[in-house]
Amino acid sequence: MRVTVGKGSCGIAAGAGEVFERLERDGVKPAVTGCIGMCWLEPIVNVGDKTFVRVDAEAAGEIGKYIRGEENGAERYAIRQEDLDNLNAQVRVALRNCGVIDPENIGEYIAREGYAAAEKCITELTPERVIEEIKASGLGGRGGAGFPTWFKWNAARGSKGDKKYVICNADEGDPGAFMDRAVIEGDPHAVIEGMMIAAYAIGSDEGFVYVRAEYPLAIIRLDIALRQAREKGLLGKNIFGTGFCFDIRIKAGAGAFVCGEETALIASLEGERGMPRLKPPFPAQKGYLKKPSNINNVETYANVPWIIRNGGAAFSAMGTENSKGTKVFALTGKIKNGGLCEVPMGRTIRDVVYGVGGGIKDGKAFKAVQMGGPSGGCIPAELADTMIDYRTLAATGAIMGSGGMVVMDGSTCMVDMARFFLDFTCKESCGKCAHCRVGNRRMLEILERICAGDGREGDIELLSGLAEQIKDGSLCALGQTAPNPVLTTLRYFKNEYEDHITHKKCTARQCKPLLTYSIDGAKCTGCTLCAKKCPSGAIAGEVKKPHRVEREKCVQCGKCAEVCRFGAVEVD
Amino acid sequence: MGCNCAESALSVDTALLEPYLAEYGGAEGGLISLLQKAQELYGWLPADLLINIARRIGVKPAKIMGVVTFYTQFRTKPAGKHLILLCQGTACHVNGSAGIEEAVREYLGVDEGEMTENGLFTYNNVACLGCCSLSPVMMSGGKTYGGLTKDSAVRILKEIERGEAV
Repeated sequence: MRVTVGKGSCGIAAGAGEVFERLERDGVKPAVTGCIGMCWLEPIVNVGDKTFVRVDAEAAGEIGKYIRGEENGAERYAIRQEDLDNLNAQVRVALRNCGVIDPENIGEYIAREGYAAAEKCITELTPERVIEEIKASGLGGRGGAGFPTWFKWNAARGSKGDKKYVICNADEGDPGAFMDRAVIEGDPHAVIEGMMIAAYAIGSDEGFVYVRAEYPLAIIRLDIALRQAREKGLLGKNIFGTGFCFDIRIKAGAGAFVCGEETALIASLEGERGMPRLKPPFPAQKGYLKKPSNINNVETYANVPWIIRNGGAAFSAMGTENSKGTKVFALTGKIKNGGLCEVPMGRTIRDVVYGVGGGIKDGKAFKAVQMGGPSGGCIPAELADTMIDYRTLAATGAIMGSGGMVVMDGSTCMVDMARFFLDFTCKESCGKCAHCRVGNRRMLEILERICAGDGREGDIELLSGLAEQIKDGSLCALGQTAPNPVLTTLRYFKNEYEDHITHKKCTARQCKPLLTYSIDGAKCTGCTLCAKKCPSGAIAGEVKKPHRVEREKCVQCGKCAEVCRFGAVEVD
Repeated sequence: MGCNCAESALSVDTALLEPYLAEYGGAEGGLISLLQKAQELYGWLPADLLINIARRIGVKPAKIMGVVTFYTQFRTKPAGKHLILLCQGTACHVNGSAGIEEAVREYLGVDEGEMTENGLFTYNNVACLGCCSLSPVMMSGGKTYGGLTKDSAVRILKEIERGEAV
């Protein structure tokens, strides 16, 4: 019986390493798999077709007994049917092998028709025919913009030059997104095979994967996969006995969000500061070392082998009129079942949040979902029936983005959320354009002021005006989209801005300077804990008698509410 | 007047870097990889080392400084033995990473990017570690710690200290 332990980054953080060791000590020889996407159930152990979840060392002992056919208590850890149904309701194209195969064993990838698509392309199809198939699939760039993949390939193919490059953008920088990490950790060969097919289509013999340095495990797994592919002759010279030659190198990023932008990524590959430049010329014309280069995202490449094997028509049969196929999302925040999922385009936000995600944590009310990271926006709960489709999402002011979905409940302050994203953009702006460098900084200062209770009349208009100017005055997508989190929160949650500015209130109770603390005399037991912890000596009262907060001394740090064991501190 | 600091003895042993100077020094686009190797070897990038690298590979020190200061990974100050990376991604932010940072800062008694007096810790905020479903998260020594509370974050730091004391 095949036994597997999910050892993606999240599984390992949840304790999969200890579980793996325990099983080995018990004489079981488990195999490693990547992340199946059910991160909230990690660590996950599969025995044949039975799945055990939230496995700890003790549970691993019971599973060992189950495998040996002894009496055991493993059933307690068996996955619930509804979680299994949720998994089965997904349509897995890019994630087809994640959590199923051992990413460190090329044999398992090949056994699931791996490299069959590359072989078909290289030995049977012309490059033009390959590009036709990708065109028929309607595949769009999964990094966020959804630009037609075939168009990029065709342009790179059409560019004159004896040397061309294929580049995979694995600089997944959106905070709250980890789709690409999971794909590389769980199924690195799918990305390699997709790049091989792209290389054949455009006429390239050399490729790069530009991976974030924050993803050490992805780099290790990719390196192993590349070595195994070379050993099998799938990378290198005369692949499949044809004259086709191709190899891939890994370049680790050094921590700069803007390097997700393709011209900045190329500058970084060249060893320079990662500053975007004006397009045209597009990378397909002049890319790495000024040679024609094709850049796609990890998920885009991972879809390619499936499309070749099943036909472009099978891919375009899924989805909506202008968004074909499936999309992987990372579901996080105040969600019950956080993790990774893949659904066909055309499902609604509600399907994902309530269907796959199981709804909001602790039964609270759904307030909004943030999509598209710092370039995206907050979509309010009223628009939960919005279809997942590039155009429909763009109409809300957010974007599809790379696939991060951060779910929020009533405890998230939307003004603070906008401030959070602008703080990020300010730190990550490369500094080339004044509007992005200075304009975003000014917007951040205004938002910080509002959150600190010093908002003024006219701030909302000032923010809106600045936002429009930054959009117009920035060269790359980072700057052009930086105001989106502010614009969408202004559009859907203007009342929260007004509450902060006019009434000096934060209804989500997140902006500490706007909060007032008081002690409910009926609940206070006079234990003195809050008085001891208060850094400004603002709490007065005698032992075993109700205490009170002296407003003029209070610095709104919230320590009293945090330490009170009787829920006597009221925050307003 | 030229700078003579590189003439005197360097703060680190550059012999260790020799194989990488040969591998990346002349290679197209090899500068970032070379700097990453140097930081891996020495833990940080002292100014005299950077000037030495510039001289060896034939580029201006200003260009190297330009690259070093552009990317957050590079450090121009020594770091503690244990680098604590505190995730400040969206999911972690929504789930209370600000409070975790407060607790870590209070316990270590240093600001972001500073080294503790005993040289054990440096903590850095990072944009996103990509383990969002376990938020809030921090990473140290390649290990990711998820589902943090203020208490558990401090407990982990104490455990690392205990490991060092043995």
